[in-house]
Amino acid sequence: MIQLLRRELRLSVRAGGGFGLSLGFFLVVAVLVPLGVGPDSAILRIIAPGILWVGALLACLLSLDRLFQIDYEDGSLDLLATSPIPLESVVMIKATAHWMTTGLPLTLAAPILGTLLNITPAGYGWILASLAIGTPALSMIGAFGAALTVRVRRGGSLLPLLVLPLYVPTLVFGAECARRGAEGLAPGTPMALLAGITFGALGSLPFAAAAALRTSLR
Amino acid sequence: MLRVSDLACARGGFPVLEGVRFEIGPGEAILLRGPNGCGKTTLLRTIVGLQPQTAGAIAVDPDSIAYCGHLNGIKPMLTVAENLEFWAAVYSMRPIDQALEAFGISGLRDRLARNLSAGQCRRLGLARILVTGCPIWALDEPTVSLDADGIELFTRTMRGHLESGGSAIVATHSDLNTDARELDVAGFRVRAKAGTTFDRAFR
Repeated sequence: MIQLLRRELRLSVRAGGGFGLSLGFFLVVAVLVPLGVGPDSAILRIIAPGILWVGALLACLLSLDRLFQIDYEDGSLDLLATSPIPLESVVMIKATAHWMTTGLPLTLAAPILGTLLNITPAGYGWILASLAIGTPALSMIGAFGAALTVRVRRGGSLLPLLVLPLYVPTLVFGAECARRGAEGLAPGTPMALLAGITFGALGSLPFAAAAALRTSLR
Repeated sequence: MLRVSDLACARGGFPVLEGVRFEIGPGEAILLRGPNGCGKTTLLRTIVGLQPQTAGAIAVDPDSIAYCGHLNGIKPMLTVAENLEFWAAVYSMRPIDQALEAFGISGLRDRLARNLSAGQCRRLGLARILVTGCPIWALDEPTVSLDADGIELFTRTMRGHLESGGSAIVATHSDLNTDARELDVAGFRVRAKAGTTFDRAFR
């Protein structure tokens, strides 16, 4: 299984899609918002956690549509489905690889981009922590959406419609956690709820996504 | 090794085949014959477990079948060796050199798969079957886009596989020079509903 993860990471680096694309998009969002909102640093400070979270959410979507579709089109998915690796593990590994190439770099870049948005010093740690806890759920929910739309030819446009509403709880609690942390309030409750969503997604969605893939392969 | 009894399968919701029965033992191969669209691929996909049967039973260990469909599942941005090593690691940890040798693509080892021709891709796809180490091969038109030399290499490899106690079920239109049994899939086609009731009434 570690082989599949290595192969996925190698492919995403060589194909040049996932890795730089999401990070670049995130960077552009964080740079554009101050230009649009204006130079009032007090306003930026208030909206910073929300902007970073929405940016991360949209950046995550960029590389999702091809998660299973390439494998479906070139026949790899048939071969993986008949291999000794359970399809649930395949989903889990692909979501992990997606997180490592999008969620993880976004999390690490967020505090740096937070500087552009004039985030409070106390907020750096919390934006990092909330993204670290929340982004695995984004990849996992996204993998479920990608599995559902694997047979749709223009799945790229259907996927965001399907996945973005499912991202709402993660966004609400993630941004709330970062906001409370930045304002010096206790962020424990939203963080616990955020972690709950992530663990719930990791525990249940591989099975749902594998079931969706099996149906598509028929 | 593989026993299929009274199998019925459907494609896209339409029943295609019914009453399929055959058995393959060690060292045996069976060639699925029949015109285009008669259900050879559907039968193979059902046997390897990619789609459920609508009736009947398939007695086989699912982990003992290696499947090779119309598509080769090759990643264009990986080299030939990387493509093959992945499947070797997933299945058996067998060395890949022998498989590359068997299909005459040892020289392409470090070439990116996107630079391969269709025939070379097919050879790589078939070499994958060899590194799985599975005793049963389920191959869907394995000789498509192979040249005469490639077909010769394939028949030799398959003969070696059968001699070492393996078995194979192959959907093909070409003559593979083996003494394998042939199964005419067209004979199991589902008749139109009205036709069957008519037959039964007047029998």
